[in-house]
This record gives sequence, structure tokens and C-alpha cells, in this order.
Amino acid sequence: MKQRTLQALDDAHREGRAVVRAVDLLSGEEALIHPGNDSSELEQAAGKAARADQSTSVEIGGRTWFLTVCNPPLDLAIVGAVHIAQPLSVMAQIAGYSVRVIDPRTAFATAERFPGVSLSHEWPDEALAKAPLGTRSALVALTHNPKVDDPALTAALSSGCFYIGALGSKKTHAGRRERLKQRGFSDAALDRIRGPIGLAIGARSPAEIAVAILAEMTWQLRMGGSEEQPAARGTASG
Amino acid sequence: MSDDILTSARQWLEAGHRVAIATVVKTWGSAPRPAGSQLAVRDDGAFVGSVSGGCVEGAVIEEAQSVMRDESVRKLEFGVSDEQAWAVGLACGGRIEIFVEPVAG
Repeated sequence: MKQRTLQALDDAHREGRAVVRAVDLLSGEEALIHPGNDSSELEQAAGKAARADQSTSVEIGGRTWFLTVCNPPLDLAIVGAVHIAQPLSVMAQIAGYSVRVIDPRTAFATAERFPGVSLSHEWPDEALAKAPLGTRSALVALTHNPKVDDPALTAALSSGCFYIGALGSKKTHAGRRERLKQRGFSDAALDRIRGPIGLAIGARSPAEIAVAILAEMTWQLRMGGSEEQPAARGTASG
Repeated sequence: MSDDILTSARQWLEAGHRVAIATVVKTWGSAPRPAGSQLAVRDDGAFVGSVSGGCVEGAVIEEAQSVMRDESVRKLEFGVSDEQAWAVGLACGGRIEIFVEPVAG
């Protein structure tokens, strides 16, 4: 690998741009590919690998290339700078997420409570209009307050984000579904919202609830939230 | 490639160290880390990242140091360990192929 390739990969990662590095496994020859520019066979394979978020090897014209996918970090928008948001923001950063906390209550979303996290004091609909949710985004609504949570959930349901979770009991969640239904969302659309939030692992403390939420996000990201009961399985391959 | 590996490798180079990168390029069976997992190695043996559950890192780091000296690339394969070679085999029974390359100027 050339030093300038390493620098370009590091810069792309910091700037949130997707890039794929191809290397010939015999000679070490390399190429940097920006997905979207799919003119050659190698570029097409790189684009496919980036979309699948899966590094892989490909055979093209008798040569074996390995494609290392460097996608921008996953994005977690936490609405509600509540106690659970504190451990969740730390854990999610360790798991590779770029974390932002949105709460119009300035006493909650403070740098003391969320060191190193991007904070927004706007209403969720405004904050999410400025920095929209994408396919690598997750939204977690934690305020319990429909005035704050509902606009966030509305924005999330209108986006292609991979995970939507909302804190609250079954009863609270049923009420939330009714309100959002009146705004025109179908039952199928509302099924995207995980509520009560988190995998059922008996979590009690804010940190344990954060584990349950991050586990559910991972399940959704890696297994598409398949109905196979994740808690009953081994948690990692290998 | 995760940011801490890139950032560490870049900082090491800027501090005048030699660096090599090891990448899992193929796995068979029950492998601990998927293809694309990486390990950055500094000339003195310091490292960040992983290519297995810790089973073969020691051997990969040695190869990485030799790749830095030769300025060549190399493919390594690790499989189920035999009894003597537990230290450089995969106890999980999987098989992995690792590509090791120096970072050159």
C-alpha cells in the first residue's frame, strides 16, 4: 500500500465519504475507487461491495483483486438527552457509530453530560431536515414526550434509515401508533418502529437498557431484524 | 477499514516508523473475523486491529515485520492447528487467508 493511499483512505473516513481500495493479491498493485463511478468491471464490483458493506475478493481478467470497503461511519440520532442516552452514546461510539443527540431542552443536552458527542438544541424535525437520516442511520426516540418524539419518528418513517426505536410501554406505544396513523402512516410502515425498544434481555439500569437497544440495532443492521429469536442464539460467529 | 487502524498507521508513518497492513481476504468455515478485517503493525511489533480472535496475530506480526524489511507482499494461510502448533492455528477449526503488505512511500 502506498502511503498516499493510506492518507486518502483516512481522509475519506474523516470526511464521511465511501471509498473502496482494490489490491491485486499477487503483485500488490492497487487502485482507489469512488463508488458511483461504475464504468469498468472492477469499479462495478467495488460499487456492489460498498452497497453491501462487505469487503470481498473478485476475479477479473484472470487477476484476483481484494476490495476493502471503507464506508462512512454508521449514524445514530438519539432524540432525548435523557439518562439512557448517556451510556448509549458511549457504547454506540465504541461500536462504530457517529452519534448525535437532539433535545430542545438545553438543560438536558449539555457537553458535561455528553462529552465528545454532537449536540443539537433544535426540534427533531428541524435537526433531521438539516442533517437527514440515510440508509446507514438509526433513530432512537427516548423523551416519552409526543411533542418531541413524534416529529422525530415522522422524519424517520419518511427516511430509509435501517432502525427506528421508541422508548415506552406497550400502552404508550399503542397510543403512539394511533397518533402516527392519523398522520397517514400505514400499519406496515409503523411496524418499522421497535417499541417497546430493545431486545428482551431483562435490562433494568440505563446502561443495561442501552445494551438492549444497541443489540436490537445490530440485529436489525446485520440480520434485517429477522424473526428468529436473537436472544436464544449464540451472539457471535466463530 | 476502521478509523483507528488507519489513523494509527498514518501517525506511525508520520513519526518515521515502518508499517505493514494485514487483511483477512478469505475465510472458510467458522472464522473469527470476516474478510476485510485488518491489523496494522509497526516495525517494533506494536499493533492495532485484529485478523482473528487473537490466535494467529503473533505469527502475522512476525510476517508483517519481515514484509517491511523486504518491501514485498505475502499471502498467508492459517487452518486448523495440529497439536504442536496450537499457538499459530485456529482453535475454532476455521481457515483464513491473510494478505500482508508494507506501506511504502
